[in-house]
Amino acid sequence: MNDFLAARSQMALSLGFHIIYSCIGMVMPVFMAISHYKYLKTQNPVYKNVTQAWSKGVAIFFATGAVSGTMLSFELGLLWPKFMIHAGPIFGMPFSLEGVAFFIEAIALGFFLYGWNRLNKWFHWATGVMVGVSGILSGILVVSANSWMNSPSGFDFVNGQYLNISPIKAMFNGAWFSEALHMTIAAFSATGFAVAGIHALMIYRKQNVEFHSKAFRIAITFGAIAAILQPLSGDLSAKHAAKRQPAKLAAMESYFHTQQYAPLVIGGIPDTVAKKVNYGLELPGMLSFLVNDNFKQEVKGLDQIPTKDQPNVPVTHYAFQIMVGFGMLMMAAGIIYLIAVWKKRGWMSKGWFLKLFIYSTPLGFIALEAGWTVTEVGRQPWIIQDVMRTADAVTPMPGIQYSFYLFSFIYFTLSLAVIFLLQRQIKMVPEIYDIKK
Amino acid sequence: MLTVVIIFLFFAILLYFLLGGADFGAGIIELFTSDTNKHRTRATMYQAIGPIWEANHMWLIIAVVILFVGFPDIYSGMCTYLHIPLLAMLMGVIARGTAFAFRNYDAIKGERTQALYNSIFVYSSFLTPLFLGITAGSALSRQIDFDAKDFLTAYVYSWFNWFSITVGLFTVALCGFLAAIYLIGEATDEYDVKRFVKKAKVLNAVAFFCGGLVFLAAETNNIRLAHWIFGNPVSLTAVIAASISLVLLWISIAKGGKQLPRVFAAFQVSMILLSVGYTHYPNFIMGKNGKNLSVLTNHATAGTINTLGTALLIGSLFILPALFYLFYSFREKQGVEDFH
Ligand code: HDD
Ligand code: HEM
Ligand code: HEM
Repeated sequence: MNDFLAARSQMALSLGFHIIYSCIGMVMPVFMAISHYKYLKTQNPVYKNVTQAWSKGVAIFFATGAVSGTMLSFELGLLWPKFMIHAGPIFGMPFSLEGVAFFIEAIALGFFLYGWNRLNKWFHWATGVMVGVSGILSGILVVSANSWMNSPSGFDFVNGQYLNISPIKAMFNGAWFSEALHMTIAAFSATGFAVAGIHALMIYRKQNVEFHSKAFRIAITFGAIAAILQPLSGDLSAKHAAKRQPAKLAAMESYFHTQQYAPLVIGGIPDTVAKKVNYGLELPGMLSFLVNDNFKQEVKGLDQIPTKDQPNVPVTHYAFQIMVGFGMLMMAAGIIYLIAVWKKRGWMSKGWFLKLFIYSTPLGFIALEAGWTVTEVGRQPWIIQDVMRTADAVTPMPGIQYSFYLFSFIYFTLSLAVIFLLQRQIKMVPEIYDIKK
Repeated sequence: MLTVVIIFLFFAILLYFLLGGADFGAGIIELFTSDTNKHRTRATMYQAIGPIWEANHMWLIIAVVILFVGFPDIYSGMCTYLHIPLLAMLMGVIARGTAFAFRNYDAIKGERTQALYNSIFVYSSFLTPLFLGITAGSALSRQIDFDAKDFLTAYVYSWFNWFSITVGLFTVALCGFLAAIYLIGEATDEYDVKRFVKKAKVLNAVAFFCGGLVFLAAETNNIRLAHWIFGNPVSLTAVIAASISLVLLWISIAKGGKQLPRVFAAFQVSMILLSVGYTHYPNFIMGKNGKNLSVLTNHATAGTINTLGTALLIGSLFILPALFYLFYSFREKQGVEDFH
């Protein structure tokens, strides 16, 4: 493995790991706040138990999220020093604000976790809300830094010099809104489905049904609504990508030849030599429609982009298909849940209904990782779109593959540890929280 | 604005040392506590740092962000030439943070799993400040060679030298010392107070010893440490102030003081940092052959520095009151267990 590939893999690994924890860290406090609110309003102790059980899980995730995030803030420099030397001052604004948001989050978390029975109950509740709000804010801010890499702005690039830097303009770059919106919705749908799935499994096994039903409802309500909004915001993201990063869009769709009535290809195996997609389903005109809102207008294909500026087509394509496919499945499951709530209460306790959500547990997180693969691999070979190549940014230090092996080992062990701990958490629910009448 | 940013940078590093350093120190003390007393130390420590644990480590993030936004040359330079010690420090950060959370939130408190978390926690509490100190020592000791052609000179000898390593050990000892002093104030009975006072004495002696080693190592590595520290009035005053506060600290401990010793300990460490910071100011990295990176010349353009400074000022309006309130709220000790 060469150093460049090792650096890329290590970055991808660290981010792919961090994103799971940070999404949970963003969304779980919101779920907790809802459950906590219901407890304060109804005084039903089950809601208190749900809140406390969740908050222990969150503490584990928060710690893992925080350490992996600390790693990332160093890794940017350890792996990409030549990128950071130029990019730091430009896209640093969201990071400095993010630092503030983290700080507030950490303070609020201290109050929330240790504040039971010590603080005024509504103040205590509000600190929980603050954890969620600042978590979501930090998510939005860091994504705005990433969207700057996709849609650089706020400086003039003249003869290799970065002039007239405006960090504020860089922060509100053209892609930030669509990316931040899509990411925030994704965090809710992925976490919502994952949490709901685990509780559905416990209901299915008839353990502590009341406890798990209450938890399930809170999680899935958010998951379902987010899953229904997701494709709409995804469409917006695709339109932005088409405008700013035609190479990425073309790679997502494996769209080789520029044409009018451009077809949308679903699934299939791209053949980059013959420049066609085998076994895919073609919907003529649909790509033109999705990108331009009319069926005829031409869409730029890979043939108009120099080979040295093209991303890896199969990886981007498969990742995109996985994200969209799972997104559609989750949307369907979300609609079924809403129908159950409004019209068919009886479904809720049916085996097939619970199984549907049990099987959906990992879908959101897989879609999330796939989506980031689309964004990041689709941007290659650029680290800053059309400004700096990833290969020019990598650290001069040799031997990065050893650091990559080390990181892989650590993240693998940590993932196992977290799964192990969660399992124990769930196993203990009957003992700690069962309220025997 | 540049001044504002530099002041924030200094305080972020200082506060990380005083608060995060004491966290490390608590783990170090645990490492050197006899098995019979380990659980007592752990309980006291947990009461002391549980609620503020996450917040203490935020100062590191703030310092890093200030560096990469405001001083990208310095950040990139450190990340390149001190890649290996930084990586080792990060490994420690990961192991420590997760082990701390795992041992408190594992729903089943099994003996073997707890023992595992404990040993990860204590060893990483030792390693993290060691490498933090090594990094700091290397940045300021002209060991980094920006013109290096071969791997060893560029990436290994930059930090693998007697001076940096002794600075690392000195850092560890100071963290332990700080923690012992803080823990005296947290202890709930006489027995524990005595134990922590004893620990503080030992660690104070160890810190002296390591400090001596630093001077010796400086001689072997041709570093004019004595000149740096005693050669200018501000650093000299800071060192004298640190020594006086050490004496006052022991007097107040002898009188049974709890809060006052903390203030003296924090003051003493701040003076050491001030003395080091001032002699080298404005240099942040001092390389071989007089190639230095300084906060006054190697900073981002005015636009960036202004927005960064504004963000920090506005941010601190939110953070500082909240942080004070957090410390204030959990100042008394009872009740932390409710949740466990
Ligand atoms: C739960 C996860 C999830 C689901 C169900 C979807 N997405 Fe997504 N998508 C993400 C999670 C995600 C993400 C991981 O959050 C990304 C990566 C970067 C970003 O901002 O969001 C992303 C990026 C992303 C991009 C790339 C944007 C860019 O790089 O500029 C496009 C075009 C779409 N999505 C489109 C869709 C469509 C049409 C979906 C239809 C169902 C969809 N996504 C479902
Ligand atoms: C958390 C979600 C994210 C995931 C899963 C993710 C994933 C990835 C992947 C897969 C790569 C490797 C691409 C390749 O080399 O082919 C990568 C590279 C990179 N990402 Fe992201 N990314 C995420 C968010 C971000 C954010 C928020 C930033 C910065 C602000 C960022 C900065 C980078 C950098 C600097 C690289 C290395 C250079 C490059 O390969 O372009 N990423 N990331
Ligand atoms: C799209 C990608 C990312 C998202 C959505 C995201 C979001 C978050 C969130 C919500 C947290 C709070 C921790 C928690 O509640 O578990 C967090 C933690 C953290 N993140 Fe990320 N992050 C991303 C990528 C990055 C990158 C690229 C960096 C570094 C440059 C980074 C640095 C950090 C740091 C330092 C923390 C720890 C702060 C704390 O303890 O709260 N993150 N992230």
